Amino acid sequence: MGEAIGVLRNTWRGLTSMRTALVLLFLLALAALPGALLPQRSLNASKVDEYRAQHPALGPILERLGAFDVFASPWFAAIYLLLFVSLVGCLVPRTLDYARSARARPVGTPRNLARLPHHRAATVGLTPDEVVETANDRLRGWRVERRVEAGGAHTLSAEKGYLREVGNLVFHFALLALLVAFAVGKLFGYEGQVIVLANGGQFCNSGLLSYDSFRPGLRVDGTDLDPFCVRVDGFTADYDETTGQARSFSADLAYQDAADIEGGRWERSELRVNHPLRLAGDRVYLLGHGYAPIFTVTFPDGQQRTNTIQWRPMDPQTLLSEGATKFDPPGVTDAQQRRERQLAVTGLLAPTAFFDGSLLTSSFAEPRDPAVAVDVLRGDLGNDSGRGQSIFTVDQSMVETGRLVRVARQNLRPGEELTLDDGTRVRFDGVEQWASLQVSHDPAQLWVLVSALLVLAGLGVSLTIKRRRFWVRATPAQGHDLDGRTVVELGGLARTDQAGYGEEFARLATGVTTALDERAETERDARCRST
Amino acid sequence: MPVHVTLATYSDWMYAAALVIYIGALLLHAAQLAGRKARLPELVGVAAGSAERTGAPAQAEAPVAAGAPADPVEAAAPGIGRSERLGRMAVSLTVLGALVHAGSLLLRGLAVERVPWGNMYEFGSSICLVAVVTWLVVVRREPAVLRLGAFVLLPIVILLFTSGTLLYTKAAPLMPALQSYWIVVHVSAAVIASGVLLVAGVASLLFLARSANDRDGDRFARLARRLPAAGVLDRVAYRGTVFAFPVWTFAIITGAIWAETAWGRYWGWDPKETVAFVAWVIYAGYLHARATAGWRNGRAAWVNVAGFAVMVFNLFFVNLVVAGLHSYAGVG
Ligand code: HEM
Repeated sequence: MGEAIGVLRNTWRGLTSMRTALVLLFLLALAALPGALLPQRSLNASKVDEYRAQHPALGPILERLGAFDVFASPWFAAIYLLLFVSLVGCLVPRTLDYARSARARPVGTPRNLARLPHHRAATVGLTPDEVVETANDRLRGWRVERRVEAGGAHTLSAEKGYLREVGNLVFHFALLALLVAFAVGKLFGYEGQVIVLANGGQFCNSGLLSYDSFRPGLRVDGTDLDPFCVRVDGFTADYDETTGQARSFSADLAYQDAADIEGGRWERSELRVNHPLRLAGDRVYLLGHGYAPIFTVTFPDGQQRTNTIQWRPMDPQTLLSEGATKFDPPGVTDAQQRRERQLAVTGLLAPTAFFDGSLLTSSFAEPRDPAVAVDVLRGDLGNDSGRGQSIFTVDQSMVETGRLVRVARQNLRPGEELTLDDGTRVRFDGVEQWASLQVSHDPAQLWVLVSALLVLAGLGVSLTIKRRRFWVRATPAQGHDLDGRTVVELGGLARTDQAGYGEEFARLATGVTTALDERAETERDARCRST
Repeated sequence: MPVHVTLATYSDWMYAAALVIYIGALLLHAAQLAGRKARLPELVGVAAGSAERTGAPAQAEAPVAAGAPADPVEAAAPGIGRSERLGRMAVSLTVLGALVHAGSLLLRGLAVERVPWGNMYEFGSSICLVAVVTWLVVVRREPAVLRLGAFVLLPIVILLFTSGTLLYTKAAPLMPALQSYWIVVHVSAAVIASGVLLVAGVASLLFLARSANDRDGDRFARLARRLPAAGVLDRVAYRGTVFAFPVWTFAIITGAIWAETAWGRYWGWDPKETVAFVAWVIYAGYLHARATAGWRNGRAAWVNVAGFAVMVFNLFFVNLVVAGLHSYAGVG
């Protein structure tokens, strides 16, 4: 039993020693590195797949190790948790120590002040008591203690810079708080993306399903989200004429929070990069934009269907985009028949068309002269296969198995149309802009900020303030001719690593000796007059 | 925002001129080192009053006197030797270079009507200017480091050359994602921290060489005898890091604040963020090491060198090779 406690105590001592903390710090740094060097699933899942395809042998091993999810891996958590246990184990006794030392009196004067890194000596015509009193007056702001030694010497111990330890403790406690706030954010926060057409398209934060993608915190199930709606009424982008580089984006936004929804009111705002919309618990960001081609299909029986579906930019500079706009034949109830006559219009969209022969590219990101180069596919889109489908592509396995067949290929400008063999006509009507929005929710982020600022403040204090000591010993001088004079010795020591106490000590020592000389002079004058 | 082409052109010329001037200073520093034949035995240097001129034997390797790491040149010579004259000329030249360099950045900023650290070329240039200024401050405060000139200027010249060629970017307005006042705060803090840490890293590296030589006179003998005492190198490294670490912390915090406005989250383990965090942890480790028995000297210096290596890695590898959100700070 006692042995077990001994082992425990030793483990605890080991864990909370500076050396262990140091090793854990380096482990933390080392463990974070793969997070930067390897693709991470949380950032870009398709990059991870690509990497795994390129490294068939290594990939699965790394996967097993969690190297594609470093920051969610158990070993990463183990390191920082151990570090923080070590930190708590280190901080609690240090705080107690500090509380005790905060009331303690400065330590006694070392026997041999000449041994200290900073030292000075002088002889003055004052009594030891007067010397110490004068020095005491010069040491305003220092904690001082006067003592009388057995040999008749008077000493003064002074200490300053207690705030350093406070700063250091604040720094470490704030680190703890930072971690806790970070974790709370991860538990109760969420992040979702949605694409909204910039022609009055609307999004309401009513649940998981309103998002295109949604990343909930561990304690978020997607019910109970803060209610609000946004509507994108327009989108403007400004480009540099010569380089084609974007200078600014802005989405013309209307929004309503919970109260507005009740009252049916909309409020106006403008969404720009670096200027999110901040609602009570959520922030709405403008992430990007692109184009949605408008296609109208006229079926042989004369029925029309118009679809406006976002296509995704392939080139961020020119916004050449790709995508797939899908149509169900109207009025067909028989599933078998429907699966033979579904249509998909896929291909490229250029906001400002530039033809290299018949090859379409885009020369500018603004929709000045849009055109599409499309394949029309007919057959089974595979919606019923149970597999999830990307809205940007057709299910390639349907094409490979011959269930989805290309029936036309053509370049179209707005208003132009193509006709299929069965008389179906596909018309390109033009383009709409879309904006991609992100909604973020993190109830603890203010606390993260507060902790981070405390980290910084504590750091600043603890790195600029030196814990330093200053001693005076005044010994009655012995020897003939020296009666009534006193040998003054000054010594100084910085308790912490920082060099640089030398200058302050010199200033202080000079201040003290000058004050002593002045006082000696006035005392002498006074004595002269009185005799 | 228009680009003032003439100003931009002048800025480029001044950049080239500053680089040439720095190279001149580097050569002078090199000549200064070549002129110093021997690392003077410290005790003899102090005792003999003027060891430099009496020509202490080159092979003399006096043990470092405990508690008396006085620098021979400073302690010894009221008269200035040839090599020190070369060193001082080099410093004057460096001051000139820094002025021209600052002019180049100023004109770049005026040409594009924004802060001149919006892409990697400008970022590299700004870091170098901070490093040069740091170096000049250190030489002023601690004349014993004069001999380090060549070692400090070499990485600066390399970085400037790389920025001016490989990473060169024509003057242009900022892309929308960078249009924020946070670029002023966040990037300038990162620039200052990086520039100072460069000098501190060099000092730690040389400290390692010098202290290895102190232990065993055969190691790094040619290099070490041209270096200031280990204590001086250590002090430069430590003070630099103590100054830069809070600035770096500030840079990370403001980066997180900016990320919150720009990308929707304050921290997302983007490669740049991750490596910045790694560097921060390593520098925190350095400060801890300084307070840990058994780590105080050699090991702490290694940690500082590792920290600097990670900073360089962050600047080049992460920007150029690993694609992340920061990559748009881009090249070309
Ligand atoms: C998350 C982990 C930690 C980080 C990032 C960290 C960071 C730092 C930094 C940057 C400093 C220097 C600034 C200052 O002097 O206030 C420092 C100092 C210090 N830390 Fe930590 N620390 C951590 C954990 C720990 C642990 C676990 C311990 C105890 C075992 C500890 C004990 C100390 C002590 C005693 C000092 C003062 C050193 C001195 O007097 O210069 N720290 N820490």
